[in-house]
Amino acid sequence: MPLSTALPPAETGTAEPVRLLSPEGQLVHSALSEEYLPVIEALPDERLEDFHRQMVLMRRWDIEAGNLQRQGQLALWIPSHGQEAAQVGSAFAAKPQDHVFPAYREHVVGKIRGLDPVRIMAILRGIDHGGWDPRETGNFHIYVLVIGAQSLHATGYAMGIGLDGASGTGDPDRDEAVLVYFGDGATSQGDVNEAMIFAASYQTPQVFFLQNNHWAISVPVERQSRTPLYLRAAGFGIPTTQIDGNDVLASYAVTQSALDAARSGAGPRFIEALTYRMGAHTSSDDPTKYRENEELAYWGARDPITRMEAFLRGRGASESYFRALAVEAEEFAADIRTRTLALQPPPRERLFRHAYTDAHPLVDEQRAWLERYEAGYGDAAAPDTGAAPAEDGAGA
Amino acid sequence: MSDHGAATGTEVRVTGATETTVMTYAEAIRDALTTAMRRDERVFLMGEDVGRYGGAFGVTGDLVDRIGPDRVRDTTISELGIVGAGVGAAVTGMRPIVEIQFSDFTAQAMDQIANQAAKIHFMLGGAMQVPLVIRAPGGSGTGAAAQHSQSLEAWFAHVPGLKVLMPATADDAKGLLLSAIEDPNPVVVIEHKLLYKTPGQVRTGYATTPIGVASVRRRGADLTIVATGVEVSRSLEAAERLAADGIQATVVDPRTLKPLDSETIVREVISTGRVLLVQEAVKTLGFMSEVAAVIAESEAFVHLRAPVARLAGLDIPIPYAPQLERAAVPQVEDIVAAATRLVREW
Ligand SMILES: Cc1ncc(C[n+]2csc(CCOP(=O)(O)OP(=O)(O)O)c2C)c(N)n1
Ligand SMILES: [Mg+2]
Repeated sequence: MPLSTALPPAETGTAEPVRLLSPEGQLVHSALSEEYLPVIEALPDERLEDFHRQMVLMRRWDIEAGNLQRQGQLALWIPSHGQEAAQVGSAFAAKPQDHVFPAYREHVVGKIRGLDPVRIMAILRGIDHGGWDPRETGNFHIYVLVIGAQSLHATGYAMGIGLDGASGTGDPDRDEAVLVYFGDGATSQGDVNEAMIFAASYQTPQVFFLQNNHWAISVPVERQSRTPLYLRAAGFGIPTTQIDGNDVLASYAVTQSALDAARSGAGPRFIEALTYRMGAHTSSDDPTKYRENEELAYWGARDPITRMEAFLRGRGASESYFRALAVEAEEFAADIRTRTLALQPPPRERLFRHAYTDAHPLVDEQRAWLERYEAGYGDAAAPDTGAAPAEDGAGA
Repeated sequence: MSDHGAATGTEVRVTGATETTVMTYAEAIRDALTTAMRRDERVFLMGEDVGRYGGAFGVTGDLVDRIGPDRVRDTTISELGIVGAGVGAAVTGMRPIVEIQFSDFTAQAMDQIANQAAKIHFMLGGAMQVPLVIRAPGGSGTGAAAQHSQSLEAWFAHVPGLKVLMPATADDAKGLLLSAIEDPNPVVVIEHKLLYKTPGQVRTGYATTPIGVASVRRRGADLTIVATGVEVSRSLEAAERLAADGIQATVVDPRTLKPLDSETIVREVISTGRVLLVQEAVKTLGFMSEVAAVIAESEAFVHLRAPVARLAGLDIPIPYAPQLERAAVPQVEDIVAAATRLVREW
């Protein structure tokens, strides 16, 4: 019985993705871009420079963290090289009151929301169990490493916003929306599809932001979908747009428009950002095992930072801006390095502290056992409850 | 050290070839996959990154080159789909093997495992079989944090209709997998991430390990340690250290949790009168709770010189920090300490 796994050529979709900035750094005037260009034209120079600046800082951070990982100072690093425009543009489009649900590669989104980069380093150094308090990090929620799960959290959160009456009031400075990030691989997970069903069903105030970086570890996007992924959302009844994800201006303008719609009560929106993971999946991965150099070269020529730099230079950005940014990037990386190296392992007590929200007899018993056990074998002999054998639990 | 002379699982387990060669646990699994696929064209494998990438832990390696992409299939990230399609293919008479990249993600697939695969034969009055093998690496120790490090074998052992295997050596990794593929029931094989690189003598050719037969890995008169998964090698190392201290331990590896070879366990407990049960999984309602009950209900009860003792993972999620992760599950020195106390105090 032949089991055919050969793939016919993928459908590419009829429309061009929304692109405001060409790979050469020129504004694109087209039927698709006209709707969004006024948003960009209204932005002050400092804002445009900040788009560029955050991308440059992120790339420098990526290099520093990759080095730290190779030097044994991080357990893992998850690079975002190549995806800076998709992330920076969309992050700037969110308002302070919005809630952002990342996957695990959106470091710069966290930074823009106000998360200290070292919090991410602490997780990847294995210092932290894996979280922060989103109320202290600009509503930037925690990383979710189980593929796709955050899409449902985001939808549930958006349902909560709706039930609270915190969206659709007509006050753009108060109305809230949710922005959720996920990858092309995640679109094959039930969670993401069910999230879209709920979002459409309850008309939640949320934007699904798909970064199609063309790979899910070693599996190419052609295996995940035979139709352009943004069209999937249309099947769920969610208005959807495909953008050039290496164009920070398109990412900003389209996400802003989608979030505005969601906040206003018009229901969910979907954005597919076409981008590319230039680096490895994580520091544990070797992409040369499964992909070709030509592909890398194609996307390298469409680098998000190069085109934004060309755009800024074309608008007359000063040399001193670029020089100052280069210095800032070095200082930023040095600061991350210093503070990462200073992170100490957590105390023993963190084993138990958050297993439950309140005191739990089993946890208390095992904590007491471990303390006695570690204090010395002789002292551990007497169990504190008659029920527990002396060997209760595990030791160090 | 005393030898009680009874037949051990080890003695009856060898079937087929008796030539051996050294390979790692991961290579032994690949060897089993290759052997089964070359022997039976109904056998195929699917899972995430199992093709050109060779598996997240390198288990499949070059299997796709040996067998071809039709039968070594990269899937989308859809655990429910992987198992569910496996169930459907099994019902047609294929012999699918599905790999779940981390056993934690069997959670996504639980309906297909527990409600479908496990129930179909029963609910159809035996009209259809589900000869499906689900392979999944479990366990902590690799710095992979709370959602990629769990030991969930008890979940599956709690579902009637499933068989649950937990190979602890390279030879059993191969032999048990071959038996699982032959088996007409759905079988869950829990592999251990820390064991993948461990070498061992592995029988060459089509060499199965029977399901439902424990292995007595070592014999000693003072206490009996029953351990599963990665705790088997830790217990054997602990037994060496204990021997240097004058304490002789028997080490029993059940190998298959369901069906369980209670007979061997009971016999080996009777022979020493003391038993230490060691598992990596959290203690509460773990597999060793069942073993403790089996012992308590058996004739071994009157032979016990000490209460049944369990050494298990703390009842907490596995922490990311390596120092804490290590403290959360039994290590060699913990087994030595617990065994010493059991023998010295009773
Ligand atoms: C439920 C689940 N299955 C499998 C994995 C293993 N895994 C981690 S990342 C990944 C690929 C994800 O690809 P994509 O969604 O495209 O995101 P990207 O990594 O490209 O940003 C896989 C399969 C996981 N973490 N969770
Ligand atoms: Mg991807």
